[in-house]
Amino acid sequence: MSSHNNTNLKELFLNGIVKENTIFKLALSLCPSIAVTNNLKNGVFMGFAVLFVQVMVNLTISLMRNFIQPKVRLPIFMLVISGWVTVTQLMMAAFVPDVYGKVGLYIALIVAFASILARAEMFASKNSVVPSIVDGLGMGVGFLFALTVISFFRELVGKGSLWGNVIVDTKPLLIMILPAGGFFAVGILMALFNWINTRYAAKGAHASH
Amino acid sequence: MSSEFTKLFELIISASLINNFVFTRFLGLCIFFGVSKKMETAVGMSITFTAVMMVSAAISWVVFTQLLVPLQITFLEIIVFIGIIAGLVQLSDTIMRKVSPGLYYKLGIYLALISTNCIILAVPLINAGEKYTFIQSLAFGLGSGLGFALALIIMASIREKLELADVPAPFRGLPMAFVVTGLIALAFTGFSGLITL
Repeated sequence: MSSHNNTNLKELFLNGIVKENTIFKLALSLCPSIAVTNNLKNGVFMGFAVLFVQVMVNLTISLMRNFIQPKVRLPIFMLVISGWVTVTQLMMAAFVPDVYGKVGLYIALIVAFASILARAEMFASKNSVVPSIVDGLGMGVGFLFALTVISFFRELVGKGSLWGNVIVDTKPLLIMILPAGGFFAVGILMALFNWINTRYAAKGAHASH
Repeated sequence: MSSEFTKLFELIISASLINNFVFTRFLGLCIFFGVSKKMETAVGMSITFTAVMMVSAAISWVVFTQLLVPLQITFLEIIVFIGIIAGLVQLSDTIMRKVSPGLYYKLGIYLALISTNCIILAVPLINAGEKYTFIQSLAFGLGSGLGFALALIIMASIREKLELADVPAPFRGLPMAFVVTGLIALAFTGFSGLITL
């Protein structure tokens, strides 16, 4: 029974990273994926902020799920989310002021993430605490992963550096850190994921024959 | 007086073209990619959007300056603004269902999503951050709404043509939309420096 439970939790965790990756698969919450990813540091901190909010929101909603009137559940979810976002915002302003100066507005806008509300509605309000936390962790890590990949790619190509350290000492492709470059980067990475997926699926189908 | 008018005009132009929400601030992308497939929905969405945005900018301004600042609870701005917006969206949802059921049928799901849309929330937040006056807040809301409408309409007209194009398989759908948006964003960088506030 417990081993069965464990595999379930593992699947739940991986679901958010691979199958329902917020950015690459569902194409939700795209705003920060482009806005803050022109360098790796901002991208990673943004990812962690979202991970934290997602896990805490799932935890809170799951604890409260038996007391919430179904009719007023959406406003209550929004309240819980904006409460945790405010906590994150104040913490980041206190501990990493340099990052907060650049991504502050986007931290506040985590409130408006469809993905966080969707997880609260679809998962946490119907499941007990542990699966909800694991689900939140999976979704959050998936988001963190996507932001890291995009910002890694953009900072390396656009500035030739990573986390502010120069890696390649040549004239970089400046367009990648410009606003337009963000769209190109996400478009190209999405296409890459699609391509890998179709290749993988084709191989799987071939092997089963 | 006239210089104030120029200033407002500059604010509208800057919010709609130079700092276009979609192309330079990257907000509202979910809705941007969601409803830009067809011209008709794009137009309907932009109208609803601009209206909700201006009203929410006005109400949030009043609440922020008259309630939050005197009570020194400005750190609650996120919670308060999201509440105001959710209420407004609910209201416009009801009105639209009564007045124009056809449009409601088409935009219904996105209208519900407006409350979880970043632009609508970003406008009051930026207004509060920049300490705009009431009229300036309204102008900023209007400019942002127009900018979003412009972006949606440009994108919708391109995507209607894109349906017929022969796009490489992995790029089909969203990835291609992203690349196209990137190209438009590149064009919009030409507006930077048009007005310095």
